[in-house]
Amino acid sequence: MDALLLSRIQFGFVISFHILFPAFTIGLASWLMFLEWRWLRTRDGVWWDLYKFWSKVFAISFGMGVVSGIVMSFQFGTNWSVLSERAGNVLGPLLSYEVLTAFFLEAGFLGVMLFGAQKVRPVVHLFCTCMVALGTLISTFWIIAAISWMHTPQGHVLQGGVFSPGDWWAIIFNPSFPYRLAHMVLAAFITTCFVIGGTAAWHLRGGVQRGMALKMLKLSIAFGAIAVPAQVLMGDQHGLNTLEHQPIKVAAMEAHWHAGPPGAGVPLVLFAVPRQAEARNDFEVAIPRLGSLILTHSLDGEILALTSVAPADRPPVLPVFVAFRVMVGIGMLMLLVVAASCWAWWRGRLAQSAWVLRGWQLLSAAGFVALLAGWWVTEMGRQPWVIYGLLRTADAVSPNLQASTVAASLAGYAVVYAIIFGAGIWYLWRLLKKGPQAGETPPSHGSGAKTPARPMSAAGEADIAEGAHP
Amino acid sequence: MLTTADGAAFWLPVAWLGVIGFGVLMYVLLDGFVLGLGILAPLSRDSGQLDHMMNTAAPIWDGNETWLVLGGAGLMAAFPRAYALVLSSLYLPVLAMLLGLIFRGVAFEFRFKGRGVARRAWGAAFSLGSIVAAFSQGVILAALVQGLPMQGGQYSGGAWGWFSPFAVMTGVALVGGYALLGAGWLILKTEGPLHEQARGWARPLMVAVLAFMGLVSAALPYLDSRVMARWFEGSNFLWLAPVPLLTLAVGWWLWRDASLGKGGQRPHDARPFLWTLALFALGFAGLLLGIWPYLVPPHLTVWGAASPPESQGFVMWGLVFLLPLILGYTAWSYRVFRGKVTVDAGYH
Repeated sequence: MDALLLSRIQFGFVISFHILFPAFTIGLASWLMFLEWRWLRTRDGVWWDLYKFWSKVFAISFGMGVVSGIVMSFQFGTNWSVLSERAGNVLGPLLSYEVLTAFFLEAGFLGVMLFGAQKVRPVVHLFCTCMVALGTLISTFWIIAAISWMHTPQGHVLQGGVFSPGDWWAIIFNPSFPYRLAHMVLAAFITTCFVIGGTAAWHLRGGVQRGMALKMLKLSIAFGAIAVPAQVLMGDQHGLNTLEHQPIKVAAMEAHWHAGPPGAGVPLVLFAVPRQAEARNDFEVAIPRLGSLILTHSLDGEILALTSVAPADRPPVLPVFVAFRVMVGIGMLMLLVVAASCWAWWRGRLAQSAWVLRGWQLLSAAGFVALLAGWWVTEMGRQPWVIYGLLRTADAVSPNLQASTVAASLAGYAVVYAIIFGAGIWYLWRLLKKGPQAGETPPSHGSGAKTPARPMSAAGEADIAEGAHP
Repeated sequence: MLTTADGAAFWLPVAWLGVIGFGVLMYVLLDGFVLGLGILAPLSRDSGQLDHMMNTAAPIWDGNETWLVLGGAGLMAAFPRAYALVLSSLYLPVLAMLLGLIFRGVAFEFRFKGRGVARRAWGAAFSLGSIVAAFSQGVILAALVQGLPMQGGQYSGGAWGWFSPFAVMTGVALVGGYALLGAGWLILKTEGPLHEQARGWARPLMVAVLAFMGLVSAALPYLDSRVMARWFEGSNFLWLAPVPLLTLAVGWWLWRDASLGKGGQRPHDARPFLWTLALFALGFAGLLLGIWPYLVPPHLTVWGAASPPESQGFVMWGLVFLLPLILGYTAWSYRVFRGKVTVDAGYH
């Protein structure tokens, strides 16, 4: 393997691990904001107990997001120095704004949010939670702007292979940006929603804090009932946008190799094994015209076929095709579970409905799988370009980088991430299994200034002690 | 050197050098003392004492590390050619730093969750991660100062082209320097046995750091890059002499204030930390004075590496408004956690 392929594997590896944690914390931060707001409004201790519980989950996830994120801010320079040199004028400022408006905001208020409940007034504490939540969303805004610009570049001046900013407004609000942003934020919220609902179902079935669990499940169902259908519509809109700007990516998603006869429309391929070299599918199962209906909202709409571009300009079809089906499949399952839950809730049999609870529990982590699958669709689907149509991935890699060096770094990341994320997920699982504790000390005004600083790990040893069900 | 250039094209890169310099200095000072805690961790007497050390930094370490991300992103925005060249050339030291920072960072959360062997392992991860990160940062700095091997505008050194005794020496020096910062921080934030131990660590560390500063400075004029030659040209040394003189003075004040005091008279708890910060600021100033106007000596000047004014200006506007805001709420967060962190500061 050469340095290019190894660099691509490494980037895919470190970013795939990284994205899971920001996505989770985007949703969790807003959830925490909601919980604390409810506590302040009602002064019902249950809300604060839930807040404490989920803030511990947040602390672990955020920590892993931070350390894997620092790796990302250096990857462009270490492995993709040509990309940095040529597009740094455009991408660098966007990433700098992410640091200035989001990372500092999150980090600055995180300490007080996790450790300072007894040191500031409750309203100030809520403000800190809000700032952390706002930070996660602002961060999403900038990083999606940068990524979207690489997919649908505009507003730049290209001179001698170097991209310079022409119109910042056009760069940030590039054609795919609003769709990708909405799709991503919804995905993050839904992912978190299913972790919360799945944990609640787990606790209901296991008899852990049933009152709190039912509260969490109902909130998850209510949120999911709005967000999951919204995501289906948003995904459709995002798909139409991709068809307009990156038609070959859509052709790869559908494994659509050859244009059919005029007026025949595009079939929907349900199953196939795409053969990149032969430009065809094996074992294809397809429904005629359904592809046209979904993609173009008409029965005889045409989309560009993969063979309309040279083989060197085609993305790897198999992973894009499969990942897309995984994402959509999970989305449909989520829709089904949410619909069944609404039905059970309406009939007043929610807590007793074993199938609904089992469904939520099964889909606890499904959001993460769908999220990764979606990212793989969009990132592999834009290959062989790193800046769509303008700079090839193969031309963006650091020159003079030896394959052995990248192999060593990839091995290093693989080992370290296996240890760190293995441990992190284990600790998260134990924390979630134990569930929330009743009677946590709520924030109190006045005790703050006089007591000595008592920072502590946000999730203590006792919280994750094994088998410590209350 | 560009002297006749006009307006934005001349001043924006200079201002940006100031911003990057400020960001790096903030990182070195703030994350420096947190890394210092990890470097000093093997000297802690027991697990409880390590808890105590880590608890002093638990609420603020993440914000401190963010300055490094600002350095990375800011360098890409303002000097993309330097960002691309430096990071791809110093691939292995950067990798070591990142892996070290990963272990150091997660240890803050994980160490309080494990028990027995796992707990000790995360303590070791905290310490080793800090040492590796600090050493790598010293190596990166040294590689820049000594000059990257280049041919025809491309880095030509291979994976180990940065390696030299000077780089190793600077790496060790930075480990010592961060340990000194950590000791100063512990003097400020703790009481009891740990406080007294930290006072005991401060003096020998300071002697070592000053010795290394002397050694590094003495090696500078003999490096290929010759960047530090300015210090010894003509009457320059006279003009620049206040920097080393102040360093010696700060060293003396630090020596004095690090003592345990005589006859029940307790010396100031904040001063040792402040003097150490001053020591780092002076060393940093001396370095910048020698490197100017290069970013990657002797190949890229600040103007040669700069992104166009449209890029630099766009972020500079944000910096003018956001940097004071960031410094404001960061200071507020430190204020919330002000005061001594007691030994029994536990975790639930």
